[in-house]
Amino acid sequence: MSEYTGVRGTVWFRAFTGHASPMIGDPNSVLTGDAPLGSDHARFLCVVPDPHARFPCARHGEVGQEEGYTLAARVREVIEHDKNTIKRPIIAIVDVKSQAYGRREETAAIFLAAAAAADAYGSARLAGHPVITLVVGHALSGAFLTHGYQANRILAFDDDGVMIHAMHKEAAARVTRRSVEELEKLAKEIVPMSYDIRDYAKLGLLYKLLHVENPEKPSPPEIRNVQDELIAAIADARTSPVDLRNRLESTAARELRKASILVRTKLEAQWLE
Amino acid sequence: MSNQAYSPNFIKRRSFIELNARERASVFFDAGTSRELLGPFDRVESPWLPMQGVTPQEDDGCVVIKGKIAGQAAVVVALEGAFQGGSIGEVSGQKMTAALDLACADNEKGILTSAVILLETGGVRLQEANLGLAAIAELMASILALRKHAPVICLTAGTVGCFGGMSLAAGLASYVVMTREARLGMNGPEVIEQENGVEEFDSSDRALIWAIHGGEQRYATGLADALVDDDTPQVAEVIRRFVSKGVPPEHRSSQVALYRNRIAKLDTSRQWDPKEFRALWTTNASNEENR
Repeated sequence: MSEYTGVRGTVWFRAFTGHASPMIGDPNSVLTGDAPLGSDHARFLCVVPDPHARFPCARHGEVGQEEGYTLAARVREVIEHDKNTIKRPIIAIVDVKSQAYGRREETAAIFLAAAAAADAYGSARLAGHPVITLVVGHALSGAFLTHGYQANRILAFDDDGVMIHAMHKEAAARVTRRSVEELEKLAKEIVPMSYDIRDYAKLGLLYKLLHVENPEKPSPPEIRNVQDELIAAIADARTSPVDLRNRLESTAARELRKASILVRTKLEAQWLE
Repeated sequence: MSNQAYSPNFIKRRSFIELNARERASVFFDAGTSRELLGPFDRVESPWLPMQGVTPQEDDGCVVIKGKIAGQAAVVVALEGAFQGGSIGEVSGQKMTAALDLACADNEKGILTSAVILLETGGVRLQEANLGLAAIAELMASILALRKHAPVICLTAGTVGCFGGMSLAAGLASYVVMTREARLGMNGPEVIEQENGVEEFDSSDRALIWAIHGGEQRYATGLADALVDDDTPQVAEVIRRFVSKGVPPEHRSSQVALYRNRIAKLDTSRQWDPKEFRALWTTNASNEENR
């Protein structure tokens, strides 16, 4: 499973930008590129595995300190550049297995590196940049919070190789004291626990599910189709509020996130009393 | 008061850590100004826990109190570490986010309103998995929006500490306040040991855990803004001070160049002793200042 992490990220980054290389001075694990997208010139970002990464626990596609601060710097660069002009789209291509689990990471405060990236993406969104996330592979826990979850709009492939989740199966089973089989059975009944992207779509957090026959080898028409979907998401984001309220307003969210909506309604009424 | 000279200070302290979330959230407000919102009698509980045979709690382990702190409007949100490890579920997460959004809306109307978040949490509640993770992402978005107007202060006192996705929320805060008993980090020692082995992190080594994640270390390395004793009046005083202080000139999580340089200068071929790390980190900082 882990050897596939990053394959899809690289494929899609290259499909959009024509190359798959980091910017000068950046670690090999963060691909940044600017490329035309519709009438815009968009910034694309992707985290990929670097077997020679400086941090030993971040060599298999994990998001660690270098990834967090590099993403933050490359997103902030765009915010600064477009300060007084049209805000260009920022596209996060997501295929990340997890955050980096290491002692060095904890000692040097990986949480701040992760927060810095989320800060940059969120600040870009608040400044008016359409921030669009395309989940092409795995989007797990702290890695997704760092890279992708602050976007105005999230799109994903409806494919078994796509997984958005708080924790991988084995660890989640351990922590909740269940077997992997029990966890899988439960995940079929409890939608937010499911590892299936089609169930994730029921939560109302996704803007759109896209279908690509083989996400590791997309055809040129499929790439064009995904680009068109990104362009549509950008247009939608530009005419909508810059906060994340759309994640609660979708038809699916009104069904599955009833408790969230109830909390907001009641709390607001009591706040104003 | 006659025995003042004979009793050491810690005996006179009123422990903050021993308080539950509701009691903790109450200590900051000016007398007679506070009221709880969406309290236990509203019975908005997790819809997902009963489906799995887990007893829910009427407040879902999250207490929201609105009032005035140091004469200024504020909302305090406290997680109850004793309920499901302070984990973030759909309801508890949304209570935090909604409270911050309402504070943000008040600021936009010209009513300066700060937020204080009391974090005792291991992060996402795995029984609500994806809704917990989504709730943290939305809370982070709300912190970013609110902190433009008024400070968002995160206090972690112990003993649960602040881990997982919620450490990112703390990372976005205007100010972080910790006790020596508190811990702040992304991955707990057990998770690291499970993922990368005991050589990477020995989760039975209590001294090492506190040396890395503990409040004293985070304060010494500039990752927390204040270190407080487990003393309720002192904790309350420090929080009031930060509420009055307002928004910092630049938030820690926005100082990308500073921290990126520090990381670039570290020798990652070996583990660092936490005490030694303080020096490495600060030496790097002074180098930057000299340039």
